[in-house]
Amino acid sequence: MIQLVPLDNDPTHWLFLVAGAVFGIALLASVWRLVVGPSLPDRVVAVDLIGFLAVGIICVFSIVTQRSELIGVAVVAALILFLGTAAFAIYLDRRARP
Amino acid sequence: MTIINILTVFLVLLGALFSLIAAIGLIRMPDLYTRMQSATKAGTLGVACTAAAAALHFKDTIASMDAIIVVVFFFLTAPVASHLIARASYTSGHRLWSQTIRDDYAESRTSGPDDRPDPEDLSL
Repeated sequence: MIQLVPLDNDPTHWLFLVAGAVFGIALLASVWRLVVGPSLPDRVVAVDLIGFLAVGIICVFSIVTQRSELIGVAVVAALILFLGTAAFAIYLDRRARP
Repeated sequence: MTIINILTVFLVLLGALFSLIAAIGLIRMPDLYTRMQSATKAGTLGVACTAAAAALHFKDTIASMDAIIVVVFFFLTAPVASHLIARASYTSGHRLWSQTIRDDYAESRTSGPDDRPDPEDLSL
């Protein structure tokens, strides 16, 4: 069970939840661009922003639940995000010049 | 309620605001390249603010160092990834917006922009 209430009952707790909701709205907007986006590079840019927002959501979640070990997950997600974007760019470039 | 708490809340809300601006730009911008500009710059700043808030919030040093690593890594790799996608999509024939007034990359290339393939062939 995930504990969303912090241990030391700070009064600014709901502001973190507001930040998480704003991140969720941004994530939904990026998913809309991923679905609608007319060409493949549009979708790659949308996936890039979704990865950014995932790292931000992991940071907010680790603050809210007071778990500092989740920051390592954010580091690994950032690394894999860069590798995936570079692989997509190489794929696009190779498709242009067969 | 210390100054660290106030800074953490401020940085988290600032990061969420920048991420929302990035997503709005990703929806509203007319072109791939302007969309990429919005998503990369505002998104990087949003994630960096949020990770800096996590670095300020946690008391143990290893978690703070990991959060600082996230900030540095995003500021190093996000422009590289964006540049890779922009160059690959330009060379694969993705045209600029019809109201773009300046295209320096087309002038610097040896082959002109006219022999690029039609962008309708590349849409999935």
